[in-house]
Amino acid sequence: MRKTLLESLTHGSLTEPAPAPDDSALAELAAKVDRAAQARLGRSLAIREVDAGSCNGCELEIHALSNAFYDVERFGLRFVASPRHADVLLVTGPVTKNMRQALERTYNATPDPKWVVAVGGCAIDGGIFRGSYACVGGVSETVPVDLHIKGCPPSPTDLLKGLLALLEHVSGKR
Amino acid sequence: MGILDSIPHVHAVPSHRPWPRAVVTEVGWQAAIDRLVEGGLTLLGFWGEPTAVHMAMLDGGSAEIAVVTYECTAGAFPSVASRHPPALRLERTIHDLFGLVPDGADDLRPDLRPDLRPWLDHHAWGQSYPLSGRNASRDVRPYQFLPAEGEALHQVAVGPVHAGIIEPGHFRFTANGEHVVRLEQWLGYTHKGIEQLMQGADLEAAAKLANRTSGDSAVAYAFAFARAAEAALDIQVPRRANHLRALMAELERLANHFGDIGAICNDASFALMHAQTGILRERTLRAADAAFGHRLMMDVVVPGGVARDIAADGLMALRTLLAEINKVFPRLIELYDNTASLQDRTVTTGIVKADYARQFGAGGYVGRASGRGFDARRTLAYAPYDELSFEVPVLDTGDVNARVWIRIREVEQSVGLIAQILDLMEPGEIRTAPAAGRGGCEGLALTEAFRGDVLAWLRLDGELRVERCHLRDASWFQWPLLETAIEGNIIADFPLCNKSFNCSYSGADL
Ligand code: SF4
Repeated sequence: MRKTLLESLTHGSLTEPAPAPDDSALAELAAKVDRAAQARLGRSLAIREVDAGSCNGCELEIHALSNAFYDVERFGLRFVASPRHADVLLVTGPVTKNMRQALERTYNATPDPKWVVAVGGCAIDGGIFRGSYACVGGVSETVPVDLHIKGCPPSPTDLLKGLLALLEHVSGKR
Repeated sequence: MGILDSIPHVHAVPSHRPWPRAVVTEVGWQAAIDRLVEGGLTLLGFWGEPTAVHMAMLDGGSAEIAVVTYECTAGAFPSVASRHPPALRLERTIHDLFGLVPDGADDLRPDLRPDLRPWLDHHAWGQSYPLSGRNASRDVRPYQFLPAEGEALHQVAVGPVHAGIIEPGHFRFTANGEHVVRLEQWLGYTHKGIEQLMQGADLEAAAKLANRTSGDSAVAYAFAFARAAEAALDIQVPRRANHLRALMAELERLANHFGDIGAICNDASFALMHAQTGILRERTLRAADAAFGHRLMMDVVVPGGVARDIAADGLMALRTLLAEINKVFPRLIELYDNTASLQDRTVTTGIVKADYARQFGAGGYVGRASGRGFDARRTLAYAPYDELSFEVPVLDTGDVNARVWIRIREVEQSVGLIAQILDLMEPGEIRTAPAAGRGGCEGLALTEAFRGDVLAWLRLDGELRVERCHLRDASWFQWPLLETAIEGNIIADFPLCNKSFNCSYSGADL
């Protein structure tokens, strides 16, 4: 284990990988998110993720935000375990009817001020599952949405861009 | 001897490919159940239509498959689950969606009475039996969890919204102190009505839905759906398309195994492994994106072949990825193997008994860690796996540790498979366009997703529209085993056990 740990230490940072176009875009984004979060909020933003019936594709990319490449925590963006600790609900899925009540309750359990971000095509209007007897179709039909992040699923970079937009939005409201 | 030789049937359906489907009366249906109960056959799938139920069964020895169909003239069918427990959730689902009643509902012997508690139906759809084609309503009663009796027992209710970033489901633990006496799952929260959305969809739209049945197995589902359609239409896929499909399927397996190996270790408080495998997972997804234009490779596998060829620099991206994995992964295996604090949590935790794995026909690492060697890539040897060399690792301790080791060995096999395919690939066509006008036809296919076999069954009309499609995730037969695996363990070990299974919610709820 010591070998692996030492190598990790000397390996250098993965968050600044060799210059490929998407990586430089990421670095640029990182700088912007960092500034926005610290200068305007002066504190971190806590995110509670809610799967309202997604196919799980969106969750996989939200997970990726925490890997060594994107590492959202360095911007003060944190995923938390309870809506009671959250500023932001990140909601995925076409809101199945079986999940509608759970989503409402999670929203109600989140203290004000709070923001809702709908992630992925499904969360915007039901996406490919629109019109099903089992789906409400779109997060905004159940709880008010402040921001939509498109994609099926959105890439981690898209998600970061969206969260940056949210920070700008939040700073205007707070 | 074919499966249907020992099952009396009325007639075989001619347009069902590549395995037979036969209509049976009660005698044949009971004979089929007998074979399942004896263990001669394994239940592969059990699904409904407004006036019929179908069972797909596997003879593991001969690798033969057959479907039997019982026509429910009176809106009822002989219960399978009351004699063969693996059918239970599927039977409840058939009742939820089609309103068909498993016979014996009025049986006075409680043990033999079919379970009619709703499974997918949480009384929120605004209608009962949505796929039945009729407007009937059902009794609405509060959901009854199974009882557990004894002194000092208490219940812990978890979900549907969990603490982590995971799919929604409900877990009802009955515990004695920290020890789990009984776990009962109730799913259905991610039920999206995919089978109804499929009805009337053209092949392209239906393939997109199949892709999004379970996001982590997008390729496997698209692959299964495409192969079922190709079987129905009796079309051959170009060799290059088969190679590209397998490349994607193995990349998907790698990405998921990397993610899960790390997540299991993370649940045992060993974050270093999580960080390291997270890097490998991300590199895999980036290589997939470079090669196929989408990180999860959605919408690339389509009926008839693939929608687009690998990008010009995709081959290089994949070779670079393999080199990176070969460099880093052996060190991670060593790390797993030599960390006592990890082993302390994974060894002997969450054991799935070999008997249960066999009875339930558990697929993937859940089955293979408990002695069941079924792997659709090997047992059914579909293209291009019939020309590739690989091993199917099998262990028999059935604990979290065994499931981790199966995944580790599978990573090695996938790396080998990708390297072989890259060497074998030749230029050529990538798609045989499906042509309309053949009339109605039916197809069945199984592909090996990272967590086990995905079954796809469909019926097409003469215009290449889906009349009926059923998709069955490996999770249907793994979730119940998680209930048994956690018994006697402590609640704190549940996340670890759960992650070592990583069953799909969306894939099972549809
Ligand atoms: S937007 Fe796409 S990836 Fe996300 S949940 Fe919906 S279907 Fe899945």
